[in-house]
This record gives sequence, C-alpha cells and structure tokens, in this order.
Amino acid sequence: MSKALLYDATMCIGCKACERACAEQNQLPYSDAVAAEAVQSEHKFTVVMAKDDKYMRRLCMHCEKPACASVCPVGALHKTKEGPVVYDVWKCIGCRYCMVACTFGQPKYEWQSLNPRVRKCIMCPERIKAGQATACAEACPTGATKFGERDELIQEARERLRTNPSAYVPRIYGLTEVGGTSVLILSSVNPEEYGYPSSAKIGETPMPEYTGKVMERVPDFIPVWSLVLGGIYWISHRREEVSAAEAGEQKHKNGGAQ
Amino acid sequence: MKIKLTFWKGVFFVIVAAGLYSTYVRYFRGLGAISNMTDQFPWGFWIGFDCLCGVMLAAGGFCMVGAVYLFNVERLHSVVRPAVLTAFLGYLLFIVGLLFDLGRPWYIWHQLIYMNPHSVMFEVGMCVMTYTTVLFFEFLPNVLERFKLQGPIKVIKKIYPVLVVLGILLSTLHQSSLGSLYLIMPQKLHPFWYSPALPFFFFGSAVAVGLAMTIFESTQSSKALGRELERTVLVDLGGALLVALWVNALLRFQDYFHRGLLKQIVTPSYEAYFLWAELMMAFIIPITLLSFRKIRLSPQGLYLASVISLLGFITNRLNVALIGFETYVGHHYVPKWTEFSVTLMIISVGFALFGVAAKYLPIFPQEKRAVVEPLETMEVPALPALVENAGD
Repeated sequence: MSKALLYDATMCIGCKACERACAEQNQLPYSDAVAAEAVQSEHKFTVVMAKDDKYMRRLCMHCEKPACASVCPVGALHKTKEGPVVYDVWKCIGCRYCMVACTFGQPKYEWQSLNPRVRKCIMCPERIKAGQATACAEACPTGATKFGERDELIQEARERLRTNPSAYVPRIYGLTEVGGTSVLILSSVNPEEYGYPSSAKIGETPMPEYTGKVMERVPDFIPVWSLVLGGIYWISHRREEVSAAEAGEQKHKNGGAQ
Repeated sequence: MKIKLTFWKGVFFVIVAAGLYSTYVRYFRGLGAISNMTDQFPWGFWIGFDCLCGVMLAAGGFCMVGAVYLFNVERLHSVVRPAVLTAFLGYLLFIVGLLFDLGRPWYIWHQLIYMNPHSVMFEVGMCVMTYTTVLFFEFLPNVLERFKLQGPIKVIKKIYPVLVVLGILLSTLHQSSLGSLYLIMPQKLHPFWYSPALPFFFFGSAVAVGLAMTIFESTQSSKALGRELERTVLVDLGGALLVALWVNALLRFQDYFHRGLLKQIVTPSYEAYFLWAELMMAFIIPITLLSFRKIRLSPQGLYLASVISLLGFITNRLNVALIGFETYVGHHYVPKWTEFSVTLMIISVGFALFGVAAKYLPIFPQEKRAVVEPLETMEVPALPALVENAGD
C-alpha cells in the first residue's frame, strides 16, 4: 500500500519545476539564486543537478527501514504506512543523531536559528493522505518524477529497462539499497556519479539492523547482569558475614571455656 | 602558595569569562554562530569531547564502587569517595555540556515522554539520567555526614547494595552504548574505528580509564590538598590498570586481525597517523612504563603512565567522533575557539567544584591539612569527627 516516487533521469529536462513546487509546498523561499544552488540545504529539500546535458535529482529517499527514525531518541521521525518519513518538530530535542545516521545525508539543520529544526523532504504527507501526488510529481512537465504505488512503480521501471535497455544503466537505485527506499531512480549514468552513496558500500541490509542486533539484547541483559552483580555482591559480603559470625562463635566458645 | 593560587584563580576567571561570552553566543546567536558544525559535520567537538570523553572519564565512579562494594576489596576504600565525587560531577557537567550541544535543550525532558526504545541514544539518555540519580545518592552520605544527619545515612546504608548493583548495571549499559551509537554508520566511519565490537571497546576502555582516572585524581588532589598519598592503593590500581590496558590492546588487535586491517594500519595515511597517536598513548607507552617494576611501584611513574593512557583514550574517542568521519565527508572539521572555550569552562568549573567539595566534605580520609587557603573557615574542627564515619 506504500507510495513511492520513480525518478527517471533520462526523461528529466532540468527545468527545476520540482524544486519550485517543493519550495512552495513547504513554504520555503525560492528565487533564481536558490535555483542556482546545486546542493540541498535547510531551505532546499530537493535539488536537480546537471552534468553535461544529463540531470539527476536528489531528495530524501524515504527508506523502507529508515535509519533516522530508528535512531531518534524521542521518535520525532517516523515512517508512515503511506510511505513518507515524516518529522514531528514538537518532539525534536535537536540531538542531530538523524543527520549523523542517515545513509543519504538528507536531514539538514537550521544552524542559524535559535530554535532550530531538522529539515528534509517529507514527501507531502498531507497531499498523499488526500489522494494527491506529491507537489514535485504533479509539477513535473515530462513525467520524469512519477508518483504511485511502490510495487507498481517497480514494475514500470522494470518494463522501461526491458523495452529500452540501451538508455539505462541496468539497475533501479533504491530497489534494494539499505533494504529498499520509497524513491526509485532510473538513469543512464550511475547515481553514484552525482554523489549518491555507492550501492556496494551501503549494501542491502537496513541500517537499523546494525544497532538492532545490540539493542534487542538489552531487555535480556538487564535482568541477567543484575542477577550476576547481585550474586557477586552477596557472595563477597557473605564471606565477611560468615567469618564475622565464626569469629563471634569462637569468642563465645573461648568465653565459655574460661 | 599564595601567588600560585592567585595565578590559577586568574586563569580560572579568564576561562570562565571567555566561556560566558561563548554561552551568550550559543543561546543568542545559535549553533551556527558558535560552532563550525555543518550539515556534513552535525556532531562536533562537544559530542566528541564533552559527551564521549566526559562519560568515559567519569567511569572511575563505577569502577571503584564495583571494586570496593561489589567485590569487597577493602584496601581500596580510601579512593571510593573521590571517585564517586568525580563521577557525580562528571555526569552533571556532561548534562550541562549537552544543554549546549542540543539544538533545542529546552525540550530535553521530551526524552521522558516520547520514548523510542529502538534508539541507542534513548538508552544512553535514560541510563545517564538514572545513573546520575544513583550517583547523587552514592555521593549524598558525604553531605549528610558533614551535617551529622544520622537518620538518612542509615537509610542510604540500607539501600546501598541496590545503588551499587544499579550503578554498575547502568554504567555497563551506557558506557558500551556510547560505542553502539556509531554502529549504524558502517559506511561513514573509517574502518579503523568502525567495528562491530565498538560497544565492547567503549566499555573496556571505560574500565581502563576509570582506573587511570582514579590514579590521576588521587595524585592530583593529594598534591593540591597536601595530604599523604597511599602508595599501596596506587600500586594496586596501577597493577589493575596494566591488566586492563593489556585486555583492551588485545581486543583491538584481535579486531584488526579478524577484519584484515593489520596491513592497512601500518600503511601511512591520514587516519593511520591518528590511529598510531592513539595506540601509542593508550597502550604502547603506558604498558611499557607499567611493565617496569620500579615505575609501577613509584607514585610518579604511575601518575605519568595514567596521564599518558588517559590522553590516548581521549584521542581514541575524538578519532571515533571526528577524525573517523573526515574521509567520508571530504573535508576537515576544526572546532571554533568558542567551542573549545565552552568545554574549557565546563572543565574548570568541574575542577573548582571538586576543590570545594574536597575542602568542605569528608571526601578524603584523615585530611588534617585540608585547608590550604587562607580562607577563614569554621568547618575545620568538625572534620575529624565526621571522618570516622567516612567510607560507608
């Protein structure tokens, strides 16, 4: 049931309509100056990058098993059942663990603010709930960014790879990376060339599993370790008690004998 | 003595003044103005030093409580109180440091109501909070004795076994979890420092640092307070430190061996230099020093070995938190002076509070020459009487 975005770089014409729509949707300033910025920031959630006549878009990948949500101590980030990874600013304490943990370096921070927020693409959750496409997908004039059911988009991406194999590198970026993402990318040049982390390096294991393996032991560890520590305490102090008692007995006996 | 004290007081006031200016910048102009942290380097010097090193350096508390109360090693009794005091102050100051680093420190209490049990940070937060409370109760007898409140002392004595077990349990959990924080970024942290065994390394080094820190603080405070050092206690601690260093060193070696990195760590590279700085100071130099009987039996030798190993483990934490990310990020992170100045202020306040506590509370046994400063105090006659109850 989860929604996703399919970005087909071969169809992108670099018009940056998605950037503008995103800025409007999220009430961010947008101007020629912002359009010229080639990196994401706290005021630019998505960016269209150009290399020669080829384009590549970057935005939050909305991982199926997001690292950011798993590390957040107060659960300010979470994956909704519709697909978006959303942010609850009220809960956030500003520890920035999400930024450190994110495989794709997506969460950005309002460093200049006195009450800073984590900013990133949240995949227009209200629009999705209302049955609409994301703002970027709706604004895209060529259909390079397409909104839909994740399963269906995967089918479609496979279909495109099959019918037009020469136009693409034979892979869907985001299909299995870190356990799959809700943003899928087709392109003629590997996304790694544009700064996406290498698939080989990030692997297919969902990032939360790396800490999950340790964290799931904690509930067992607490009672076991308490018992061990308590046991040590008891033994080491019992010895003392016993010897004190024995000494007392000795004294008593001696006293009785005399 | 008088001149020396004024000099250090001068230094203290300069540091605090600079720190207060930085505090102003932090809260009135924001994290961007005070630090060199960026979206690429969202965790800077404060996380590396104040948090990772701060908690590590406060490990003496649980180590000594464990040795004396859990394992009932009577002869180490005299160092428990200063170790607990250091730990208590350390955790309080760590929390103060956190209030600088958190973007929205006024919501720190959200930790208590919006819980995410999957988060390592949540676990660390809860443990630190509970453990600081435990340390408060472990520290409390000092104050109670000072004011001769026998009733509450008896209550604390009754619950002491619980405090001991709880304190060590919580310390085991969060000291290791500080390492687990980094498990989720295998592709970011350099392989020299990213290891599935990170939680074990963090716990192991905390134990070693706890021992080294106890040697350091006992020596330091004996100098400052002009009291006799108990050489046998230091020698015992030094022996334990040597063992702890060996265990840590072997664990690290095992890890590099199994992950096939032995060749890479001896190949010159930016990271390798930092790694070797760490390994030299944390293991090679102090282990060599402590292996000489003569050094192991001399207070100066023990002090030197401890300080070097402390510097080594501090380098280790900073490598994990900062240096290990530089290759991934692609540029260096150098903290702004205001970042250092906040940390320096926190540390100086820590030293000052330790001094005050050592002076007015029965922290050290038999301190007959406790008052070195020409300050008029009325507490002096009360001390010897209180000391009799010391160390329960």
